[in-house]
Amino acid sequence: MARHARHLEREIEKLKNKILSLGTMVEESIQKSVKSLTERNSSLGLKVIDSDIAIDDMEVEVEEDCLKILALHQPVANDLRLIVAILKINNDLERIGDLAVNIAERAVFLATQDKIEIPEDFSQMVRKTQVMLKGSLDALVNGDSVLAREICAADDEVDEINRKMYVHIGKNMRVQPEKLDCFIHLLSASRYLERVADHATNIAEDVIYLVEGDIIRHRRIMKDAAEGEA
Amino acid sequence: MFETNKLKLFAPPMDNKMGLENAGDVSGPVKEEKRQEPLPSLAIEIKNLAFYYGANIALKNISMSILRNRITAFIGPSGCGKSTLLRCLNRMNDLVDEARMEGLVRVGGIDTNDPKLDISSLRKRVGMVFQKVNPFPKTIYENVAYGPRIHGMKSSPELDRTVERSLKDVALWDEVKDRLHESALRLSGGQQQRLCIARAIAVEPSVLLMDEPCSALDPIATAKIEELMVTLKKNYTIVIVTHNMQQAARVADFTGFLLLGELVEFGPTERIFTKPRKQKTEDYITGRFG
Repeated sequence: MARHARHLEREIEKLKNKILSLGTMVEESIQKSVKSLTERNSSLGLKVIDSDIAIDDMEVEVEEDCLKILALHQPVANDLRLIVAILKINNDLERIGDLAVNIAERAVFLATQDKIEIPEDFSQMVRKTQVMLKGSLDALVNGDSVLAREICAADDEVDEINRKMYVHIGKNMRVQPEKLDCFIHLLSASRYLERVADHATNIAEDVIYLVEGDIIRHRRIMKDAAEGEA
Repeated sequence: MFETNKLKLFAPPMDNKMGLENAGDVSGPVKEEKRQEPLPSLAIEIKNLAFYYGANIALKNISMSILRNRITAFIGPSGCGKSTLLRCLNRMNDLVDEARMEGLVRVGGIDTNDPKLDISSLRKRVGMVFQKVNPFPKTIYENVAYGPRIHGMKSSPELDRTVERSLKDVALWDEVKDRLHESALRLSGGQQQRLCIARAIAVEPSVLLMDEPCSALDPIATAKIEELMVTLKKNYTIVIVTHNMQQAARVADFTGFLLLGELVEFGPTERIFTKPRKQKTEDYITGRFG
């Protein structure tokens, strides 16, 4: 049995390394995509778009490894929760990679247009989203459910900034209707960032499941509904 | 990879015979599904059980409740006491010299250590199936009829009915009905084990103890016995000792993990295998033990 366990542990170590590499690739993609947008650097944006293939390939590889471990080792308890969590986190990371591409596409377009004002709220949203993404991966590495809960709480702040962006950009559209296209693209980028924060929250929720064994997803919504009825 | 390019995952709804037969019939299974299942009652109660082989302590302070019509599995490394615990339930340990039991074991409310208790009536109530397949060197029919006969069943038609019912219950009847009077030793290993289960249930016990019933069987025969256990739990309370953790995970409703004579953790199988509460359980079931 001990030999069998060592074999499984080796496979799990390899899998952990792969999901962390994927996490790093995705973090870099997001960082580059927002940089290309704020610095009007279209060549950086194009690099993000090109690098998505590597992220997609890695996602498939991680999924295949998870399926292999499930089929060959039939993991239980914390091993099982780890594989299930990684399968889901893998999916979230790949989606974040796609959102980085979406942001980069907006950046490439905006770089060809006259410069528009990027509200301070946007930079704040970028910072918060990047902290959430990095934090969700740190929580995974350290099995830190306390940090994971902080990430989940931070999502509300990003949602709030996104709402402010909507109001702010709406105002700018009315003042400078000739730049409508640019503002629509900027608003989309803001929406994509908000989605990145949602995926980081999903990752944090999966870390809580991994560590504590409880599925906490949708609990807040149920609680809100119960309070609403009362 | 597949022989066809379509993988049939779901049967079309019209294939559902039950659904067709009961179309429009509200008194059928639909109604039954809605009915809340009553909580199963207690089949076996164990309180502060300790067991000694001479000076060696084999079980320490075991307390647990085993529910009726459920499968309860004991898992743990060799020598942890799981078979000893199983044998406490029908006092099979009496056969071991210098063995001594303390504490309480109640089966169906009856104290198994009551000095006035008739041991053979206890064992009629608590049947047992062993790791080593052990049919009597007699015919298939005689193997099953043996128990009822020594418990006083004499009429031939009644014995015939009991043999048929028992063999049907273990899904062996169709395979052996034309050779009931041939030697049981000519059956395959899996068939012999099902025959032993039929022999155990022929006397209509309330509890069935199974000590590693599949460890000598191939995967197909194992699957048949596991399927059988799930069917039999409708009428019996089953307690199984197994080295095969996946088997416990597949068939048992409740699982107890024993280590060095102690019951480390006992609870619903699903919880034990997804979210065990004790580190020792986690280490054992994930193979990181020792």
